[in-house]
Amino acid sequence: MIPPIRQLNRLVARMPAWPLYALAPAIIGYHFWLALNGMSGPNPVNTLERDLGRAALQLLLLTLALTPLRRLFGINLLRFRRALGLSAFFVALAHLLAWAVIDVASFSRIFADIARRPYITIGMAAFLAMVPLALTSTQSAMRRLGAKRWRRLHRLVYAIALLAVVHFIMVRKGWQPEPLMYLFILLLLLAARLPFPPIFSGEAGEGAKKSA
Amino acid sequence: MTWRFRTDLTERDVTPEEVYRDRRRIMKMLAGAAATGGAMALARGRIARAMSRSELPEETQAKETAQNALSPITPYEAATTYNNFYEFGLNKSDPARRAGRLTIAPWQVRIDGLVDKPGTYDLNDILKRLPQEERIYRFRCVEGWSMVLPWRGFMLKDLLAWVGVKPQARFVAFETLYRPSEMPGQKYPLLKWPYREGLRLDEALHPLTLMATGMYGKPLPKQNGAPLRLVVPWKYGFKSIKSVVRISLVKEQPVTSWNMAAPDEYGFYANVNPHVDHPRWSQATERRLGGGLFAPRIPTLMFNGYEKEVARLYEGMDLRRFF
Repeated sequence: MIPPIRQLNRLVARMPAWPLYALAPAIIGYHFWLALNGMSGPNPVNTLERDLGRAALQLLLLTLALTPLRRLFGINLLRFRRALGLSAFFVALAHLLAWAVIDVASFSRIFADIARRPYITIGMAAFLAMVPLALTSTQSAMRRLGAKRWRRLHRLVYAIALLAVVHFIMVRKGWQPEPLMYLFILLLLLAARLPFPPIFSGEAGEGAKKSA
Repeated sequence: MTWRFRTDLTERDVTPEEVYRDRRRIMKMLAGAAATGGAMALARGRIARAMSRSELPEETQAKETAQNALSPITPYEAATTYNNFYEFGLNKSDPARRAGRLTIAPWQVRIDGLVDKPGTYDLNDILKRLPQEERIYRFRCVEGWSMVLPWRGFMLKDLLAWVGVKPQARFVAFETLYRPSEMPGQKYPLLKWPYREGLRLDEALHPLTLMATGMYGKPLPKQNGAPLRLVVPWKYGFKSIKSVVRISLVKEQPVTSWNMAAPDEYGFYANVNPHVDHPRWSQATERRLGGGLFAPRIPTLMFNGYEKEVARLYEGMDLRRFF
């Protein structure tokens, strides 16, 4: 492993993960504050939905970037993965609530939309699939499930990310470049999990070879 | 001109402060128009219902009153910074930022097809001949948001009368300017450029159908389709094609841009209809812009509230099929 990466990993190992739990409240609070104060344009509800949805997807993709980062570059940020994943969940929840409570604001119409609008059905499926992952994110849940079953359950995250990106593509008129860019990034992150040799080194912290 | 447009929209005391100055100007201007025999008059601080109005069924009146209660004119700021004009980009704020470089003078409009006097007309020459007037219309986007906008323009039927429509003509086709050097969005193939729209001839001849050259008492901002755009208030906004350079009278129903891109989502007629949903969202309600974060959705009206004026155009048609 190349020395700067080793140093980085050592530094990260000493850093606590808990400050990351401020991320979701900060993102949600910031966008809500903008919307409340007339700083998010003439259609604040819509802007709020879009910004929260985009942020949730970004956090989800960040979460998915940690494994390839370690595999390909030996950078080990895995200690932040749970906090990032949970942040993605909470921002996604805020996105859903902004839509249901502020935008649609009618029970019958919420359920009608979930049932009849494919992009909403898909977004809702993505969110519901996040719930068991969030619930089993604690150490004790991990122990109860056992490593193997826990890992199998948490593979759901790949489906969730795909559903989220499809939801994003569908909500836009026509084929727009922004959601397609997220699809591209997701596909890269998934491809980086395929078994091919790492770029810089072996597994983080182990078998340090000559730097490439 | 025997037909007189009667607006059912009023300005209310709650007009947001930032447009107050605009409002004063509009009211003065409208007062001027009324004095010179224009279509509108002013009474006690309101744009009055001074136009000859036929008797409305009570139900319609009640509905209109309910809608009116939520119909102050949209803030100018909202109307000019929240635009779908994909020629300038995909975000609502892109047109306001990027339309500035568009050259709009001189502006020529090619009028061709089944007309008596085809040709390329200078916009100034058109404007010298045709009377312009102010119209306050609701504007309903297919995406579920809406505005109330004070337009200035001339009736398309006056233009068509001037150039002479041949009896074989049944549709009118419109085209937006194609100039990628000034319209950067045209470099991205979201739609087949130039943007195309169309109307049935009777829709085009309807007195509500306006060719707008201004709004809020000012020349049309570039992001709103300067210098000449169509306004068809009972149809979803994408029908109201902007920056028009070509008007063709034709025999067959013309192709239209969004219909070409997604025929199951955007029909040729695109009449505002709360009972026919867009496949991706309900059209039963809309959000009036300018009301802040917690402004509730309001019910969408049939033909955007212009049912009395236009319903007869579609008598006997299955509006689910011809959406």
